[in-house]
Amino acid sequence: MADDDLETTELNGLHHALGAKMVPFAGYEMPVQYKLGVMKEHLHTRSAAGLFDVSHMGQVILRGEDVAAALETLVPVDVAGLAEGRQRYGFFTNRDGGIEDDLMIANRGDHLFVVVNAARKGPDMERMRAHLEPRGVTVELVEGRSLLALQGPEAEAVLAGLAPEVAEMAFMDVATVTLNGAECWVSRSGYTGEDGFEISVPDAAAEALAKALLEDERVEAIGLGARDSLRLEAGLCLYGHDIDDGMTPVEAGLTWAIQKVRRVEGDRAGGFPGEEVILGQMTGSAPRRRVGLKPEGRAPMREGTVLYDSEEGGVEIGRVTSGGFGPTVGGPVAMGYVPTAQTEPGTRLFGEVRCKRMPVEVVKLPFVPAGFKR
Amino acid sequence: MKFTEEHEWLDVEGDIVTVGITAHAAEQLGDVVFVELPEAGVEVSKDDEVVVIESVKAASDILAPIDGEIVEVNEAIVADPGKVNEDPEGDAWFFKIKAADPSQMDDYMDEAAYKDFIS
Repeated sequence: MADDDLETTELNGLHHALGAKMVPFAGYEMPVQYKLGVMKEHLHTRSAAGLFDVSHMGQVILRGEDVAAALETLVPVDVAGLAEGRQRYGFFTNRDGGIEDDLMIANRGDHLFVVVNAARKGPDMERMRAHLEPRGVTVELVEGRSLLALQGPEAEAVLAGLAPEVAEMAFMDVATVTLNGAECWVSRSGYTGEDGFEISVPDAAAEALAKALLEDERVEAIGLGARDSLRLEAGLCLYGHDIDDGMTPVEAGLTWAIQKVRRVEGDRAGGFPGEEVILGQMTGSAPRRRVGLKPEGRAPMREGTVLYDSEEGGVEIGRVTSGGFGPTVGGPVAMGYVPTAQTEPGTRLFGEVRCKRMPVEVVKLPFVPAGFKR
Repeated sequence: MKFTEEHEWLDVEGDIVTVGITAHAAEQLGDVVFVELPEAGVEVSKDDEVVVIESVKAASDILAPIDGEIVEVNEAIVADPGKVNEDPEGDAWFFKIKAADPSQMDDYMDEAAYKDFIS
């Protein structure tokens, strides 16, 4: 069973019962794959629906009269303009413009509901408490709720079987929905590049809901292995790999998440940590950028692979931050950072794999088009 | 049939040894997506890394179990690495090696000993 020092989610027993291979991940014992295996789990999610346990992630409620304005001091995101019932992607930045974590922010009427990465829960809570509480905001780590993600083209049909109204939700809508008798906080979002939902469910009802979803023949339980290859093919950043406190949103290609109102000449321009660096890079340029990388051969180029601009000699120009085999692509895929001059799609670079330089092409992200329902 | 602690199976015919990985190893690796084989004709020493095998999860090596010359490689698994998961102890052999010193084979486990080893 679980290592003594690892936390477990409410679904731990179910994972074991389903024959999952469990691994330590961000302090939790989590399923990396089930009996289907990573490849089939990945392809199943792309063609039908996959159920993920993401209960290790942090669920946080922020309440206060000026909660949106307060949160805008920590994120370069338009929070004040986020309509009730809507959700938005964002990130905490530091004074150097680096990314401290990425998060989802939902406006649930009388509060903001925020989801942060498992490994960053501690620092994120500290950050929010230190900066938001003096502004009259209460910061509450939600206890007693699990988080499930149902992802894939059949996710809507499956979930609508339990609550027909979810079919009316658009991408990034949030709503309170009764599923299997439990009050759930549902958002139409996910992190696989597919249409789907994230469901915050009371712990006591989590296993029954998971089982009810898995009873549907279109749904398979999917582990973290496939979650990683799905998000990589979708060109989505993984914190601690593709983004961290040393990379700015501009370098990471995430400026789309900085709305006009927070940019130079916007009504609420700046006002977040690292604004000089980030807004400076947006009006000028960043020294390096995150790009998609398509190795020409069949060998995967994994995280840490050193990139060169020539087949022999030269100096390191960048590194792969995420890489592996893309089951939907049917070949190796990777992302990494390269100097801005070398970010044009079609640029040929070389990644050093087992002391050999292998050609790799800079390509547009994502590798697999998103299936979001707008 | 003999087995190594690195989960290779060795099928001996005269002084030619066919090398593959066991079903147990294939299952542990997960879906194999890439195989890099040596060139036929190269001389190798015991424990040389001769094959690179990558699954969706990670890269690993297959070591030469004995000294000898690689006499044939299975190009079919380069074209279709998934065969390694489908038929690891049959069609998905990796290479054949001509033993320089057949007595080196004596060091390896028989099937019963290997079953004990993985249990």
